[in-house]
Amino acid sequence: MSYSVYIPCDAAALALGADRVAEAVAAEAKARDVAVQIIRNGSRGMFWVEPMVEVLVANHRVAYGPVQPADVPSLFEADFLVGGPHALCLGRPEDIPYLAKQSRVSLRRVGVVDPRSFEDYLSNGGGKGLARARLMTPEQIIGEVIYSGLRGRGGAAFPTGVKWRTVFETEAERKYIICNADEGDSGSFSDRMLMEGDPFCLLEGMAIAGLAVGAKSGYVYVRSEYPHSIAALQSAVAVAGEWLGGFDVEIRKAAGAYVCGEETALLESIEGKRGIVRAKPPLPAISGLFGKPTVINNVITLASIPDILAYGADSYHEFGVGRSRGTLPFQLAGNIRYGGLVEVPFGLTLRELLYDFGGGARSGRPLRAVQVGGPLGAYLAEGQFDTVLGYEEFAGIGAALGHGGIVAFDDTVDMARQARYSMAFCAHESCGKCTPCRIGSTRGVEVIDRIMAGQVEKIPLLRQLCETMTHGSLCAMGGMTSYPVLSALDSFPEDFGSLVDSGNGLV
Amino acid sequence: MIPDELIDRVRSILNSHHHQAGALLPVLHDVQAEFNYVPSEAVSEIANTLKLSRAEVHGVLTYYHHFRQTPPGKHVVRVCRAEACQAQGGDALVAHAERRLAQSSLTLEPVYCLGLCAIGPSIQIDEINLHAQVTPGKFDALIADLEGTP
Ligand SMILES: Cc1cc2nc3c(=O)[nH]c(=O)nc-3n(C[C@H](O)[C@H](O)[C@H](O)COP(=O)(O)O)c2cc1C
Ligand code: SF4
Ligand code: FES
Repeated sequence: MSYSVYIPCDAAALALGADRVAEAVAAEAKARDVAVQIIRNGSRGMFWVEPMVEVLVANHRVAYGPVQPADVPSLFEADFLVGGPHALCLGRPEDIPYLAKQSRVSLRRVGVVDPRSFEDYLSNGGGKGLARARLMTPEQIIGEVIYSGLRGRGGAAFPTGVKWRTVFETEAERKYIICNADEGDSGSFSDRMLMEGDPFCLLEGMAIAGLAVGAKSGYVYVRSEYPHSIAALQSAVAVAGEWLGGFDVEIRKAAGAYVCGEETALLESIEGKRGIVRAKPPLPAISGLFGKPTVINNVITLASIPDILAYGADSYHEFGVGRSRGTLPFQLAGNIRYGGLVEVPFGLTLRELLYDFGGGARSGRPLRAVQVGGPLGAYLAEGQFDTVLGYEEFAGIGAALGHGGIVAFDDTVDMARQARYSMAFCAHESCGKCTPCRIGSTRGVEVIDRIMAGQVEKIPLLRQLCETMTHGSLCAMGGMTSYPVLSALDSFPEDFGSLVDSGNGLV
Repeated sequence: MIPDELIDRVRSILNSHHHQAGALLPVLHDVQAEFNYVPSEAVSEIANTLKLSRAEVHGVLTYYHHFRQTPPGKHVVRVCRAEACQAQGGDALVAHAERRLAQSSLTLEPVYCLGLCAIGPSIQIDEINLHAQVTPGKFDALIADLEGTP
């Protein structure tokens, strides 16, 4: 008999040495003449204990972490293969409070299954959604998705079923499903974890979308910074081809342009052009890839679909608050003690995430600023931490949940410097189509430099620039760079050398 | 490399993308995987085969940060500059890396997030090797290893 040992192949676990741990376990087992089967699973998303090694004992798992190669001999000495006690033992993974307090829905299998094994996928509940969808009409599938309340997880939070209905109703001999896996937001890694930990789930979601709108092929557009995700998806496509029932999926590697996460720039990129944003209308749902009706959805949006179909819209809709239904896999990042993936229903407060899950700043200093929703998201201060995590609640304070990435900073942060970075990032990534975005952001960097050099009288000019960019930009790149810049200025005026900036432009 | 051989290799890449719609990015990726950069001789060949102008191919090549037009050093080291890494000492690591690699056979490139945002600062070596929680000391050790290998 051989023992089953799970060692993650998720990029974060690899960055922390998981491959070397796997080698050490294999070598030690060989030296001791015990048969072990090493399974490379995804990550459970608790990065402070990665690489986290799990063993299968009877019908449950026992976890150990963080494991380094040097710990491996002592783990064998402690009989970890049968769950023996050891200083690194964490008990059953699902009993660890960080996981026990979550509602894993979209990422339910990530960290549990072998992402390369289709059998593992099927025996852990995979495939049921597609099987049920095959017995339904397109209208029924779309109705189910609309009723679930699922809104796009890529940032704009548009109702997914409504988007699908438009594509369904648009007549065309060819239609496409595109998965947006460009995940460019700093502080985000849920798409990556899903692709590396449960790639079949994404393919199943795409195939269901295909049945719903009448599309026979699709693309996954994955950022080039994620080679491990690309490999996992390619292997899943190779294995699952037939099961997808004639729905073809091509994996497309992006090329390092943040703005190509914007859906129309993404279309241009797949067509082989520069990723320049298209004016809307026409909506991609009506005229998208190669001019054909196209569904574009985020990874997590599509990965939420199989469960909604398998267990019914109600099972998803019952989670959440207000018009924010279901769960969101939040990502705790930056200067945070317990960084990782926290999938919970909408409705908790930001403070609960930051402290109950995150444990405050890793540096042990007070948390001062938190950026939610990526580089175009607002910086929030302590006074806003009690905001409820919901789309409307965040809009209400001039912020956005975006893709659920949360980046924590302690009190050593210089918010003028962060505002400068936001402008510089916009200048670096602008597609160049609109003058306010292209030129305004470069001017913004210069103005912030002056302010940082003591010219506080330039603050009104900075506000004016933000205003011009917000109103004169075609997409959210130029249109929302004001979110981090102005929130930094409004919530942390002392960092801009001005204690009395009243926000009305008069210093 | 003799130019004929280079063109042959580019042609065989182009052949393998024969039936692909919008093949330009996949072709450029394969060319860069083959040569570590996209040689200018490849541009005309790509333009001819895909029925694009040289200017169009060049426009795409220069638009995307991922593509290189000159050969890199023997290894490419990408250091993350994005916000979550900044919150964990990323700026100091970037400054250190710039100093350390100023006179080196390795190429330093910026990258904006590697999806390792809870365990920063993060770096990526030759696209596939990832390292987390990189202190200046850990960085120097990694670089010494790379400089020591062919
Ligand atoms: C500058 C910019 C970058 C974006 N990047 C991404 C991204 O990386 N991933 C993503 O899913 N959506 C991104 N979006 C949002 C997409 O345009 C689009 O709304 C989304 O892919 C739709 O899918 P959803 O409805 O499932 O969210 C970005 C938008 C903008 C303006
Ligand atoms: S706002 Fe910026 S990124 Fe968006 S379309 Fe205009 S120039 Fe391009
Ligand atoms: S911000 Fe550096 S890895 Fe995400």
